[in-house]
Amino acid sequence: MNTQLLLIQVFNGLVNGAFYALLSLGLAVIFGMLRIVNFMHGALYMLGAFAAFALGQLLGLGFWPSLILAPLLVGLLGVVLERGLLSRLYGLEPSYNLLLTFGLTLLTQDLVKQVMLSRFAVSSAPYSPPELLSGVVNLGFVVFPKYRLFVIALSLVVCLLTWFVIEKTRVGAIIRASTENPVVTRAFGINVSLWVTGVFAVGAALAGLAGVLAAPIYSVEPYMGAELIITTFAVVVIGGMGSILGSVVTGFAVGVLAAVGAAVYPPIANTLVFILMALVLLVRPSGLFGLPEGAR
Amino acid sequence: MNKTRTAILALTALLLTPAASAQSLSDGGIKVGVLTDLSGVYSELSGQGSVKAAQMAAEDFMKANRAYAGKVSVIGVDHQNKADVAGNKAAEMIDRQNVDMLVDMPTSSAALAATEVARQKKTVAMVVTGATTALTNEKCNKYTFHYAYDNYMLANGTGTAVTKRGGNSWYIIYPNYAFGQDLNRQMVAAVQENGGKLAAPSDATPFPNTDFSSYLLKAQSVRPKIFGTMQAGNDLVNVVKQYNEFGLKKQGIGLGIGLLFETDVAALGQDAFSGAIATVPWFWNFDARSRQWAARFEKAFGKKPTWAQAGVYSATMQYLGAVARAKTDNSDAVVKALEGYAFDDFFARNATIRPQDHRVLLDVQVVQVKGKSESKEAGDIYKRLNTIPAAKAFMPLSENKCRM
Repeated sequence: MNTQLLLIQVFNGLVNGAFYALLSLGLAVIFGMLRIVNFMHGALYMLGAFAAFALGQLLGLGFWPSLILAPLLVGLLGVVLERGLLSRLYGLEPSYNLLLTFGLTLLTQDLVKQVMLSRFAVSSAPYSPPELLSGVVNLGFVVFPKYRLFVIALSLVVCLLTWFVIEKTRVGAIIRASTENPVVTRAFGINVSLWVTGVFAVGAALAGLAGVLAAPIYSVEPYMGAELIITTFAVVVIGGMGSILGSVVTGFAVGVLAAVGAAVYPPIANTLVFILMALVLLVRPSGLFGLPEGAR
Repeated sequence: MNKTRTAILALTALLLTPAASAQSLSDGGIKVGVLTDLSGVYSELSGQGSVKAAQMAAEDFMKANRAYAGKVSVIGVDHQNKADVAGNKAAEMIDRQNVDMLVDMPTSSAALAATEVARQKKTVAMVVTGATTALTNEKCNKYTFHYAYDNYMLANGTGTAVTKRGGNSWYIIYPNYAFGQDLNRQMVAAVQENGGKLAAPSDATPFPNTDFSSYLLKAQSVRPKIFGTMQAGNDLVNVVKQYNEFGLKKQGIGLGIGLLFETDVAALGQDAFSGAIATVPWFWNFDARSRQWAARFEKAFGKKPTWAQAGVYSATMQYLGAVARAKTDNSDAVVKALEGYAFDDFFARNATIRPQDHRVLLDVQVVQVKGKSESKEAGDIYKRLNTIPAAKAFMPLSENKCRM
């Protein structure tokens, strides 16, 4: 394959990388702070896309209002989930919340399928990019859809912002303290459980945002998160469980790797990430950016 | 006590009377097993609609043949598009639920697995939605019939039509499983036979898959006249969505679709597909007879039928008709009644069942997707370009590898 085509694929890979990054970022935030392996993350992503579609159908809202509203709705659902269900499992083994979130995923997928079929009479919903971003732009080395450029840019901004808030601000310090040592943090007069709920909501909203961004690119259907979530978990493991920076960097890297793989030898594209995961785990069991066990 | 005895006697009498005229049915009835995808990517184009279609056929048959009244039943089973599940479910349906005939079977790999089980258990299987030509070639068997369409017919129809209209250089992608591999082979052959060439070797993509951007970018650099996609169902929807997103049509790269269902067009909107050429065995507004059946189906199911669902009705009806002719549901006798049978119904036009390989031959239609502005009513999506007569639409016996 020639160099130009390779360059094009590297660039193209950033789009999928953006989705991996946004999703694994949410997973990492939730796992890092709450120790919850949130298997429902793929379903939240799907709900984001579905919400964008449903808001358009029911209220006639276009892409831009949905871009704000859909993640908010998904975040709100996150609050309900965390308060209503997950908070009851704190202190139990992690496998409990894994089972719970997995069950919720199946339930959500089938519910959405029922709603789509009965209310909207489709099993896969059409959704177009906004007028402003439709069409392609000639970048010199490749003709590329405008909308995909926007996806790369927006997710980069969101990832950086999240990283900055958690690592560099007072809010981030409180969150980190609340999860590191809730008893002492509570002694400072901080409402720890409120912060925990907030973190879960933000993680969920990030998944919802990824979903809205995905709606104009992929078909909106009930199982769209199921495949993606497996890759995203691999990204989180490679990056290091709970590492914010790790999940963002690895997310983009895996996207690029998969795109190049798909161009060089298509059948391997979907397996590549797992080969990488196996290699990384052999060399660094705690992931590329993860701290070794016990150092936390 | 007396009442119970009377009831039992009455019931026995009721059961005995029609049995005498319905000749010999192995377990007192005929059970049709719709083996289909009830939850996955092909559930909308077949799924519950296929089950409904088979039920309609059973009811119509019983109405027309009073001797069989109350004797035909239909069950629908989900094979999840997985070969191993399809094989297990087929065995379970035949052994435990006394199913006499299997029908539908989307997903080639699942169809191959299920028909193999049906062969071992000497049960008639009519594949409507599975596409691989292996069913009537190296994997053919005495009890398997291939209805409606297959990869050769799709490739032969679409490949020829598109290439002859000037689309003579292709870049093709296909999903990497039995169906896609087979359809790619057939399509490449059809393109080359008509003087076309490949601008780049075909690429196999993972199945299922959502992101096709890598291949679309490759198409941009290879610059074929036609970007051929052998994906089906939801995967096809994603390919075409992204084909439009990358603006390939404006760059002069046309779209060649291996297998198109009405539901795919509905999922994405007609305009995304407009101008694309495909080959189909049937569509609902083909003519008055088609319309009439489609209207009945829509009334019963709430949605317009896909050609897969119409095909399930027709296949079920032909099986039941063969049982009536053979006067038994013994599969060897039914197979004999089916072989060489010529018929013509609202779905299968000028049809015959080829005895050598059990390919059901019928007229097929080459169609072009209309733009939204061209369609005259809801669901009016195809413009018929030409009809390929039954004798020409399918693989000739000279190329056939079936040894039955």
